[in-house]
Amino acid sequence: MTKEEIIQKENLVYKKPELLNDVPMHYCPGCSHGVVHKLISEVVMEMGMAEKTIAISPVGCAVFAYKYIDVDWQEAAHGRAPALASAVKRLWPDRLVFTYQGDGDLACIGTGETIHALNRGENITIIFINNAIYGMTGGQMAPTTLLGMKTVTCPYGRDPKLHGYPLKMADIAASLEGTCYVTRQSVQNVASILKAKKAIRKAFEYSMQGKGSNLVEIVSTCNTNWRMSPDKANKWMEENMFPFYPLGDLKDNGK
Amino acid sequence: MAKMKGATVVDIERCKGCGLCVVACPLHVLALTTKSVNQKGYNYAETVLEDTCTGCASCAIVCPDGCITVYRKKEE
Amino acid sequence: MAEKEVTLMKGNEAIAHAAIRCGCDGYFGYPITPQSEVLETLAAEKPWETTGMVVLQAESEVASINMVYGGAATGKRVMTSSSSPGISLMQEGLSYMAGAELPALIVNVSRGGPGLGTIQPSQADYFQTVKGGGHGDYRLITLAPASVQEMADFVDLAFELAFKYRNPAMILSDGAIGQMMEKVVLPPFKPRRTEAEIAKECPWATTGRTDMRKPNIITSLELRSEEMEINNLRIQAKYKEIEKTEVRFEEYRCEDAEYLIVAFGSAARIAKKVIAIAREQGIKVGLLRPITLWPFPTKRIAELGKRMKGILSLEINAGQMVEDIRLAVECKIPVNWYGRLGGIIPEPEEVVEEIKKMTR
Repeated sequence: MTKEEIIQKENLVYKKPELLNDVPMHYCPGCSHGVVHKLISEVVMEMGMAEKTIAISPVGCAVFAYKYIDVDWQEAAHGRAPALASAVKRLWPDRLVFTYQGDGDLACIGTGETIHALNRGENITIIFINNAIYGMTGGQMAPTTLLGMKTVTCPYGRDPKLHGYPLKMADIAASLEGTCYVTRQSVQNVASILKAKKAIRKAFEYSMQGKGSNLVEIVSTCNTNWRMSPDKANKWMEENMFPFYPLGDLKDNGK
Repeated sequence: MAKMKGATVVDIERCKGCGLCVVACPLHVLALTTKSVNQKGYNYAETVLEDTCTGCASCAIVCPDGCITVYRKKEE
Repeated sequence: MAEKEVTLMKGNEAIAHAAIRCGCDGYFGYPITPQSEVLETLAAEKPWETTGMVVLQAESEVASINMVYGGAATGKRVMTSSSSPGISLMQEGLSYMAGAELPALIVNVSRGGPGLGTIQPSQADYFQTVKGGGHGDYRLITLAPASVQEMADFVDLAFELAFKYRNPAMILSDGAIGQMMEKVVLPPFKPRRTEAEIAKECPWATTGRTDMRKPNIITSLELRSEEMEINNLRIQAKYKEIEKTEVRFEEYRCEDAEYLIVAFGSAARIAKKVIAIAREQGIKVGLLRPITLWPFPTKRIAELGKRMKGILSLEINAGQMVEDIRLAVECKIPVNWYGRLGGIIPEPEEVVEEIKKMTR
């Protein structure tokens, strides 16, 4: 069998989802953002919700998410996406509404908006890309930066006396009455990617069923600012991030 | 049991040479070029062991840029 | 409450009732004295059960203005209200809304500042409102009510202007008007717009890609300078158009006036009493009351200024609008300022003394 015989439409196994358009994404080579963008695109398409989705992008590397996933988007001020999403969902209850935020956006400047939107049980999903660093602005310390981790604003390692402790936002979210589904996922290999996709689908379904707020944390890498290759970054994440931010469902009240 | 034969098509210009597909492939089908680069200067991924590919799509699933399209056909 | 019925209520309450009646889709606000009655009235009226209007007490003014941004970006008629310190917190959101060209209503029931200040009225947010407040080149369409009736009337007017020009609009009131009770005829009920009407009026809005139209994106970010300049020039052209067509003001006894008071809001009410007293004492004074603070009635003040011996800016602050009056008359005639600070409202007699000084 020749390669040409295999490469036929009827033999297609996997291709980039259509909702993820052809605009080249600006993310660094190996960045977790791209994988999550793919998953969101697939889930929205599979749910048949492309015409009824309103998404909110953050300030951070994913500020331009609206250029890549072909749904209606609103660009939020830094940290405020959950406030926008709260209003949008209350005004348009039959739409799929989600935010896409990094750790600086969600857990630092936006902590108030994050906790209150989740606590009010807004029927939205917050997708939380946690790579323990500020990517877009050049690798500064984030509220989720691990103790001992070196960044450009804690070049000698995060020291609790100087910088306090890392925040476990998913744990905080799980403790709130208003949250329905809180989970931590990752996207560094095929198995974890398939799990993450199921988690995103579940969260979106719950939000459409009016079951409350949902937080899908994706423990991720930032290979550029961690100063590693994409593959090494994945391994570092498995060894260092997963013990502190363990994967799995922290809460699932939607069943 | 019939064998599955796969084929990958890489969007060379979209590829950023991150190498995650190379790591993900269980059969070493893909590798980053060493002698060529795309328009953006990346050593893109290419199929080096074509006949080995079973079309599992691991490469395509992990690719952060959705560069890889995978096909699979049962060998008669 | 029937239409055309005269009722007695506070300015803050009038804002709330007018909002429900003009088809407002959502109110997102936070308590702060002296305007909490806006949210309280809405909460008590339960419009979500009658018109379907969303009413949400947000966790802060920052959250409030961002909820307004999100709602406005979907083409809905949304609003918030606050008072000076809370409006300071909203400045980022206002800049973002102007940059993303979003229509909405923000009500500022001003109190004394700076800082935590007082809970008594002031007009010291003039600069913040008409000169920026938030970052970047933008303007707020600004209406200054001087009565409870105008508080009610300006809600629909502000929304109309905001949607006409895709820009945030502000009602700049103060604690006196917010808290005073006066007779008011509330506007007639107008239904909230349907999804189809919104899609027609706001084809740019993020409502979901109905029929898989091109995605709508609401953003104020543009990293390419050439494109950003084009965006800014478009917005500036809008402002020029507003300055040409939307100036509103009231003239009171200006026909034979030799001295002019320029005052808005509560200060304008005091000015009318000042004029009565001054005229009894033989001084011919008139009042120009800007109703739009932006666009400012520059042209009319310049015209009137030509036949005035002097202008007094009566404002409850340390002298803010006086600068725009001086600009309007190009400093060609004397322009003085009188005001009180700390939340104290000037007495008519003190202002008459100030005018007498001008005549010497």
